[in-house]
Amino acid sequence: MSKKERLVAAIENGTVIDHIPAEKTFQVVNLLQLQKLSTPVTIGYNFSSKMVGTKGIIKVSDKFFTDDEISRLSVVAPNVVLNIINDYEVVEKKKVVTPDELRSIVKCNNPKCITNNEPMDTIFHVVDKAHGILKCHYCDKEQVMDEVELV
Amino acid sequence: MFFCRSQNFPFPRFDGKKINMYLYRRKEPKHHKQNMEKHNFVNIQGLDREQLLYLIRMAQEFERHPNRELLKGKVIATLFYEPSTRTRLSFETAANRLGARVIGFTDAKVSSVSKGETLKDTILMVSNYADAIVMRHYIEGAAQYASEVAPVPIINAGDGAHQHPSQCLLDLYTICQTQGTLENLNIYLVGDLKYGRTVHSLIMAMRHFNPTFHFIAPKELAMPEEYKLYCREHGIRFEEHEAFTPDVIAKADILYMTRVQKERFSDLMEYERVKNVYILRRDMLSQARPNMRILHPLPRVNEIAYDVDESPHAYYIQQARNGLFAREAIFCHCLGISLEQIRNDRTIIR
Repeated sequence: MSKKERLVAAIENGTVIDHIPAEKTFQVVNLLQLQKLSTPVTIGYNFSSKMVGTKGIIKVSDKFFTDDEISRLSVVAPNVVLNIINDYEVVEKKKVVTPDELRSIVKCNNPKCITNNEPMDTIFHVVDKAHGILKCHYCDKEQVMDEVELV
Repeated sequence: MFFCRSQNFPFPRFDGKKINMYLYRRKEPKHHKQNMEKHNFVNIQGLDREQLLYLIRMAQEFERHPNRELLKGKVIATLFYEPSTRTRLSFETAANRLGARVIGFTDAKVSSVSKGETLKDTILMVSNYADAIVMRHYIEGAAQYASEVAPVPIINAGDGAHQHPSQCLLDLYTICQTQGTLENLNIYLVGDLKYGRTVHSLIMAMRHFNPTFHFIAPKELAMPEEYKLYCREHGIRFEEHEAFTPDVIAKADILYMTRVQKERFSDLMEYERVKNVYILRRDMLSQARPNMRILHPLPRVNEIAYDVDESPHAYYIQQARNGLFAREAIFCHCLGISLEQIRNDRTIIR
């Protein structure tokens, strides 16, 4: 796609998060706390995509995410690609790696779990990365990553 | 006290005099040092084979001499957010028989919880007063969370339908006591295998000892898939039965009966349908092995007929007595008292 056809303006330096399933776009915004940034952020969604049908795309100027921040995306958009931009060029492509532990990202679906009854962080252990199975650190209840509710 | 930069580490000096460094440098044997550490006791699956056997050996010592002053000067808090008679009495008796004093509450309504205090604040507050906290809570994972925030050891006396590790330890102790071993036993679990936390914990604890389990339950209360998966993953043999007959239980070493717990049902119609299904009667024991013993976490409702009480196979009352010894062992484990110290104890009250 040429620059003339580009629907979202290019950024000079920063991160472009691409191939977000369109409906997950704002969850990605929340997970990365983009609303709290002071640098320019461009959010686009419902673009057609061969990979995911309709996709979202987020361009964040002058911001480079840590691996820890990126791993948070594994819950909602495990297949997104983060393009690291330097002087309008893609210098690196990063993929999401599912971490062994998710802290304060996922809500436990057991209403009798302590995490739903006390002001505290949730902790989940990823017990099966292939099938996306999470286990609550406190009540031991398991849930599937695709069906989780975010904190 | 001030420190001087001698060698690679500071030498403590007191009033200018060098303290005997031998006292500081002497290393305890590793196993002894480990035993001296304080521990939480919140779940059973976190204990390995050696730790379980170690606790059982401790409990054996307390069976020989339950009355001691090993915990003299200590204060134990028992925080019971939901009703429990035998567990609380057993913990409090264990603390008293070891010379500790006990504080606490038996009903959350009389604590600051009713004013909206968080569990964290209650635990931190009580930690100021007590050397260890025994807690029962209706919320799952409460004890684990308490153990993460408390500066003193936390002992889980049951957290909802989740864990009840002290019951599990007394079950293991009783199995070992009646069979002379924990190895290679046929253990039959009967009744409510869906909601019964004691049977779930027993499976996890017995994984170290090559058991064969038999799950006897109606379909509505069958062993949940996650525990069957656990058995497969850990190489634990199991069979499932719906029939509860003399033939089915003829090869049992341990027959572990459970109560169909009304409070675990959201549908009371379902409870009424299954509550009388699995009742053990004396005439069902005709083919039982001589070593077979019947256990039950108690209280029973009607799942063991009263004529079974007179059978030599009945062991549930003695099992409850073992709760005292198991909980004395748990207190010592949590407060850093080793088996060696218990064996060399000179505070026994005869």
